[in-house]
Amino acid sequence: MVTAVGLDAHMYDVVKVGDEELMGEVIKIQGENIIIQVYEDTAGIRPGEPVENTGLSLAVELGPGLLTSIYDGIQRPLEVLVDKMGNFIERGVSAPGLSHEKKWEFKPIAKAGDTVAPGEIIGEVQETNIVHKIMVPPNMKGGKIKSIQSGSYTVDETVCELEDGTAITMLQRWPVRVPRPVAEKMNPDIPLITGQRILDGLFPIAKGGTAAIPGPFGSGKTVTQQQLAKWSDAEIVVYIGCGERGNEMTEVLTEFPELEDPKSGKPLMERTVLIANTSNMPVAAREASVYTGITIAEYFRDMGYDVSLMADSTSRWAEAMREISSRLEEMPGEEGYPAYLAARLSEFYERAGLVETLSNAKGSVSVIGAVSPPGGDFSEPVTQNTLRIVKVFWALDAKLSQRRHFPAINWLNSYSLYLDTLHDWYDREVSPEWNPLRAWAMEVLQKEAELQEIVQLVGSDALPDEEQVTIEVARMIREIFLQQNAYDAVDTFCPMSKQYDMMKAIKAYADFARSAQVAGATPQQVIGIKTKNELPQIKFIKDYEPVLAKILKDMEAEFNALRAA
Amino acid sequence: MKEYRTVTQIAGPLVFVEKTEPIGYNELVNISLADGTMKRGQVLDTSDEIVVVQVFETTAGIGRDSGIRFTGETIKMPVGKEMLGRILSGGGKPIDGGPDIVPEKRLDITGAAINPYARSSPEDFIQTGISTIDGTNTLVRGQKLPIFSGSGLPHNDVALQIARQAKVPGSTEEFAVVFAAMGITREEANVFMADFEKTGALERAVVFLNLADDPAVERIITPRLALTTAEYLAFDLGYHVLVILTDMTNYCEALRQIGAAREEVPGRRGYPGYMYTDLAGIYERAGIIKGVKGSVTQIPILTMPGDDITHPIPDLTGYITEGQIVVNRDLHRKGIYPPINVLPSLSRLMNLGIGEGHTREDHKKVSDQLYAAYAEGNDLRGLVAIVGKDALSERDRMFLEFADLFEDRFVRQGLYEDRTIQETLDLGWELLATLPEEQLVRIDRELIQKYHPKYRKNVQG
Repeated sequence: MVTAVGLDAHMYDVVKVGDEELMGEVIKIQGENIIIQVYEDTAGIRPGEPVENTGLSLAVELGPGLLTSIYDGIQRPLEVLVDKMGNFIERGVSAPGLSHEKKWEFKPIAKAGDTVAPGEIIGEVQETNIVHKIMVPPNMKGGKIKSIQSGSYTVDETVCELEDGTAITMLQRWPVRVPRPVAEKMNPDIPLITGQRILDGLFPIAKGGTAAIPGPFGSGKTVTQQQLAKWSDAEIVVYIGCGERGNEMTEVLTEFPELEDPKSGKPLMERTVLIANTSNMPVAAREASVYTGITIAEYFRDMGYDVSLMADSTSRWAEAMREISSRLEEMPGEEGYPAYLAARLSEFYERAGLVETLSNAKGSVSVIGAVSPPGGDFSEPVTQNTLRIVKVFWALDAKLSQRRHFPAINWLNSYSLYLDTLHDWYDREVSPEWNPLRAWAMEVLQKEAELQEIVQLVGSDALPDEEQVTIEVARMIREIFLQQNAYDAVDTFCPMSKQYDMMKAIKAYADFARSAQVAGATPQQVIGIKTKNELPQIKFIKDYEPVLAKILKDMEAEFNALRAA
Repeated sequence: MKEYRTVTQIAGPLVFVEKTEPIGYNELVNISLADGTMKRGQVLDTSDEIVVVQVFETTAGIGRDSGIRFTGETIKMPVGKEMLGRILSGGGKPIDGGPDIVPEKRLDITGAAINPYARSSPEDFIQTGISTIDGTNTLVRGQKLPIFSGSGLPHNDVALQIARQAKVPGSTEEFAVVFAAMGITREEANVFMADFEKTGALERAVVFLNLADDPAVERIITPRLALTTAEYLAFDLGYHVLVILTDMTNYCEALRQIGAAREEVPGRRGYPGYMYTDLAGIYERAGIIKGVKGSVTQIPILTMPGDDITHPIPDLTGYITEGQIVVNRDLHRKGIYPPINVLPSLSRLMNLGIGEGHTREDHKKVSDQLYAAYAEGNDLRGLVAIVGKDALSERDRMFLEFADLFEDRFVRQGLYEDRTIQETLDLGWELLATLPEEQLVRIDRELIQKYHPKYRKNVQG
């Protein structure tokens, strides 16, 4: 935190501080005193050093070259920083977000004489396997095109000129704290398929929706976030490592280029933008990292893509706000967090959504925020304020992770408010049987929780015969369906059709068991059915259909034999 | 260099000085007392007229007549290869009677963050010889894996056993130990020193001692000095460095003390709101850098006040470190050493360092199955207390027995027992074999056929 005097500055202007020209942002104006939050370590800065105002607010560079990049919180490419200053992050080095030398092959879509409006697509660049659409910047007026040429350009060169002389380049600069405009916000009605059974099957998030994953440390927030970044069927993924571990970001960096996108078969990295502001990098840049990420996500949405954004962790972001606020000596709200915490959180999540873009395409930003409540206590301010906004709540549970039940998402506490809007999609795309099947599974799990309370008091033998089987079926749902191994090559991604088949198989067992019991079988006999022990193996088999069909056939035979006896 | 005699206020470890020239934040300060003693401090806050200095030793003897010199540079640590085998104070001065260290370099102790892009992913399995770590919470090179303990538990023995036995199987690379004590007793320090001497580890160790009666504020810089040394040994000289920091709880207390003296708005339980960032500045200084030979692996030790894992110190630590090893009082009471409770323990980097090419292909699944079975058995203990063993089903009884067996055979081992990873995994299979085969749902058929003792005996027989 630095105070400058005699500076002509406005709120959130970016300034350069001291002889080393450290980057900072104006966060408070008090008479003559301009209070500046510096994005880098301020050790050694002395009173009397100069401060220069750039007159611009904190903005990101948007254009070809974003994909596969890894940035710090203020969009400095970390790869470039390694070249400029070595393995450690030193101070006072600036680097543009995009390469200004690299040439891109520009193909026009609009032609001379066309009238283009702000946000309209005028051309495209094959960036990776993703086509990068070049748009009229939304903060420009638009007009009639005088000339537009295909060819090889840097992001600074003019690709299109309007009649009024306006030059359009492939580079847009956008202030990170301002949401990019859209034509209309719509209600999300398609699920974001993640390949994670408990998410897609029980608590789905819609494309353009918001979700929160709160959980104590070690409960699997980061693994869940990374699974979503890997397998969710968004076209673009923005992953923000906000105040988290350096080694984890490295893991993402080494793993993503090797993993294939299940849809395109291309490395996952080609659709990914990473933002890494680890816990020991400056706090102010951590505060900015979330805005940097969402602005990049909105930019790709404006091209008509489905974007998913993971923020790990929003609690570190909130803590950055708290540190800055306490240094400003603002009156604290709950637990020392600033009084505007709730407002900032809701502003951020509100930037998600399914939209009609300015160019009349459909695009979406889905936001999934991890929350790290101190001591795993969900009643703390960040969790509570987040839950007031988001539509999906995936509650991580330390008890589950301790017994290595992963993903350690508690099926009783979690919820998704998108179930109704997505109902039709599941009916249409999966099976009309799916929605009743899901309801059945939830009912069994709910029933099990009630029965477990009785078991805790009197033991399982005291339960009625029918309920003993219910407990067994619930165990199968938990161990076969809900548990998923992120580190198994096959099980890490489970398509919706397989999820349906697996749940149907469990239901088949439950139905056989019920009719066998009606025919007089004891719970021990029903639970002792051997073929059901084959079911868990299905998870690890890629072409599971014939195996599953055989298991079901054998199971029917075994039950028939039981009934005959 | 100008000397000021303008102390205006002294509060706890803080000295407020009026000055006329610009003074930088974090600058090192020398304070000379009337009797000639020198003390050192660091600039915490600087403005036009007043500078706040945090004094590392006690402020006893400092008065308005004391002379204050601002050195114009931030705190630097002189480092050199000769440091190996030396014992230094918590402030970095030799206390073993040997000569001063001839520095090859002087490094800023705050340390810069490693650029995540420059990091290389840790994946070298470190065999500690302790089954509960190797088998179920594997440590890898470049990881930061703290030990969460409580007062009176044998965490020091565990740390020493790790330091003694840790090796990367098949590797002969040079390694070193950096040991930083913060506020531990002389007695505890002696145990460490005696063991280092006995095993010859001292020759390749650098020891920093800030003992219980040393100034608390000095503890703020002790871990930073230790890590600066470790980074030098690792990234300049190519050593694989194991850093043991004990006890981080005392460090955090010192942090709170300074926060209180500065009259900051306190966060949870009086600890400063920036404690997460501050701790991250310590813990994140572990890892491997691409194209550089050495590595820094950290084992911080902390005692959880009241054995409470939700206390801010273990809580914030757990959010930064890559897992935790939890030492448990109940196991200790049962006479089990090492009393590591695997259930709340975790190693986040485990999956990078195990499996084919690292340890063995069945490692992950054996570990998961052991966890699941032990957790289930452990839960049933609560039930038995209420309804008695007779009310349990056959299946439940087997899991209950498994839990006892697990603690007695897998967890328990000798202070000097050094198990190879193969021994650990085979032991795991032996225990799993007491359960019916169809209960092993976490392991696929193929691996069961290959490693389950039942089938292995058939092959051999």
